Amino acid sequence: MEHIDATDHLDAHSPEALRKHVRTYMLVFGSLMVLTLVTVGLKYLHLPTVPAILVALAIALVKGSLVACYFMHLISERKLILILMLATVFFFFGVLLGPTLTELNEINPIH
Amino acid sequence: MSTAAAAIPYTVDARPDTGLNNVKLGIWLFLASEVMLFGSLFAGYILLRTGNPAWGAGSELLSIPLATLNTVVLITSSVTMVMSWVAAMERNLKKLRLFMGSTVALGAVFMVVKGFEYAAKFEHHHPPSYSTFMACYFTFTGLHALHVLAGMGVNFYFGFPGAKMMQTDPQQFANRVETAGLFWHFVDLVWIFLFPVLYLLNFGPPAGH
Repeated sequence: MEHIDATDHLDAHSPEALRKHVRTYMLVFGSLMVLTLVTVGLKYLHLPTVPAILVALAIALVKGSLVACYFMHLISERKLILILMLATVFFFFGVLLGPTLTELNEINPIH
Repeated sequence: MSTAAAAIPYTVDARPDTGLNNVKLGIWLFLASEVMLFGSLFAGYILLRTGNPAWGAGSELLSIPLATLNTVVLITSSVTMVMSWVAAMERNLKKLRLFMGSTVALGAVFMVVKGFEYAAKFEHHHPPSYSTFMACYFTFTGLHALHVLAGMGVNFYFGFPGAKMMQTDPQQFANRVETAGLFWHFVDLVWIFLFPVLYLLNFGPPAGH
């Protein structure tokens, strides 16, 4: 594995690089605000249950990805962190959907 | 590596085997455990909701304007947090204190708004025992609020008393601010999902007794 030290880290965050970061943060901030307004606006469109849930969660997923990728620097993070997060997402969905799918025949659908 | 950091290895330099310093790897492992914590709560919520044909219109018991305000506040605090990291990288103490102070203040605004929301729920006789939805609402938002409080404490420390480290070991300090930021952004990320799930997607017949 390649060797990374603190000096490399500093080079990657030169004043010019930091200015670029700030511009990106402002762009992400604007996008998050617009998406928040869209999410709230959708509530008043009174969509049927399933489309409403899908659209709202899709917007939340986009917003969450923007925060993770840019504010949390996941987009430029080391491979090990990305592998760790992919494994976490896998287990997250396992925990999230496992109990419901197991009990699907026993429970009533959403009304 | 500085002499002070030598006692605990790889706080600044990356380990040759992982390509990361231990601080970075540690906080991501912690966040992975946090994902599972909130994931188990969401799993319980889905199970309770799909298993209850009379779930009701929980969202109508909550204040969407206040929650929207809190969403804006928390997203803004994520920007001030990441700007604190930029200030730490630039070794600009004044800027760091401005942005870290703003992050803590925005966290406090979030908690005050949440306090008003909770007070209104009890005033209108909608405590956690009112319905399964209200029990979920208080569990989710209460746990999230505890995370906000913890983040505020850490951010206050690095913004003020702990900022002395910027003079003695600026790179390690910037790493610490980045680590605190990762936690704070995670708290923001959780709220981004809680907001639609609790406030916007619970329609139907009235909930409760």
